[in-house]
Amino acid sequence: METDVEAPVTEPRDLSGGVTVAGVEKAFGAVQALGGVSLHAAPREVVAVAGPSGCGKSTLLELVCGLAAPDAGTVEAAPAALMPQRDGLLPWLSALDNAALALRVGGTGRAAARAAAHEHFAAFGLEGFERARPRELSGGMRQRVAFLRTLLAGRPVLALDEPFGALDALTRGQMQRWLAGALAREPRTVLLVTHDVEEAALLADRIVLLSPRPGRVVATLEVPLPRPRHRTDLAVVELRERALSALGGDA
Amino acid sequence: MGAALIVLAGLAAWEAIVRLGLVDDLLLPAPAQVAESLWSDRALLADDLAVTTGEVLLGLAAAIAAGAALGVTMHVSRPARRALRPLVIGSQAVPVPVIAPLVVLVLGFGLAPKVLLVALVCFFPVAINVYDGLRDTDADARKLLRSLDASRWQTLRMLELPSALPSAFTGMKVAAAVAVIGAVFAEWSGADSGLGHALLTANGQLETARAFAATLLLFLLAVTLYGALSLLERRVVDWTPRSDPGGP
Repeated sequence: METDVEAPVTEPRDLSGGVTVAGVEKAFGAVQALGGVSLHAAPREVVAVAGPSGCGKSTLLELVCGLAAPDAGTVEAAPAALMPQRDGLLPWLSALDNAALALRVGGTGRAAARAAAHEHFAAFGLEGFERARPRELSGGMRQRVAFLRTLLAGRPVLALDEPFGALDALTRGQMQRWLAGALAREPRTVLLVTHDVEEAALLADRIVLLSPRPGRVVATLEVPLPRPRHRTDLAVVELRERALSALGGDA
Repeated sequence: MGAALIVLAGLAAWEAIVRLGLVDDLLLPAPAQVAESLWSDRALLADDLAVTTGEVLLGLAAAIAAGAALGVTMHVSRPARRALRPLVIGSQAVPVPVIAPLVVLVLGFGLAPKVLLVALVCFFPVAINVYDGLRDTDADARKLLRSLDASRWQTLRMLELPSALPSAFTGMKVAAAVAVIGAVFAEWSGADSGLGHALLTANGQLETARAFAATLLLFLLAVTLYGALSLLERRVVDWTPRSDPGGP
């Protein structure tokens, strides 16, 4: 057990894991959240799931993370770590202890977990804020702590639920570039839920577009663009427009 | 400052009403008479205060331990919740003056019945607030811990208990404020010392000034306990920004 958790980032248990979702339906009472969704993420692929609010995007991540079972269809996914919509940081823990939370839950001792988390603090722009409580951190820093916690769970799949949805436009842009860099250093299979098609175009290898409730796949767009990408790249702008028109949002 | 002014104005009016003979000072002693009694009976009252403070502290400690245990038990176990919740709520419908003599009859005239009655008055706000606090945890954090395959015990220790602390302190402060009521009723049912006992004997001897002096000490005891818990809360629950620390 110990050896499994000692170096979770550099040696995750299994990097080969992908995600395959086939014909998944899910209802909550009378509300049909997902009306038959299929998608695939190959190992180390970043797949963005984009769509309007209330199209069941968060529900999809819960299914992938094994937090709920689908009513119909199948979900095959390697172990996934969830980054909830609001960061899910625990207000009584320091930034360091929040980042180390997944390791602590996995059974690592306090000192070892803190040391493992601290190794990444400089690269995550969090140095000097080890002891700060979440409310003392900026929105962007909170997201970085939450992302580090997700990464340190040592799981092959990252399920990110609108990670930058609550940030202002400027910080969001910085965080998107930062996440692209972090994923280049630490490649993982990523399911990125977002309502921002530009974010999807900047970060993803493939974009799955969902319809309003009940969520169905209206289009899947491949993104064969080199990285780093910029929001003003012609290909990114075109892709964004294609995605918007597929969603029916072209005016 | 505002509170001090209100109290001073009230005391002045009270003193004037009694001095002018508008009420019999056997019914309502003037503040000066109460102050005089506080001073002249200070040795006696200090002993009574010490006795009652001991009863209240022990009873409150027992109530916090029992109330927290009940709250956690009701939270983690559905059968326990079903069985205990009606009893816990129903226990608050039992009038303390009615059962106090019975408790004294069974447990004698020592410390035990006093501690038990204080605990009986105090455990309810602790239990209910701990229980509510444990249930009312952040949904995202709960989801996160489930996705990390946290055990029931880990979820309780890492998420629910810290998250319930502010609510638990609210319960403890309410308990501290009402604790003296339990002690007074217990002493009325059989005691040879304590502020409740002093109150009863002073009333019997028409020593209303001493009765008021004892009541003032009970008032100060409750306020002090509440203040001490507020201070402790600010030291322990140091992650929530509070515009009002909630002290007395």
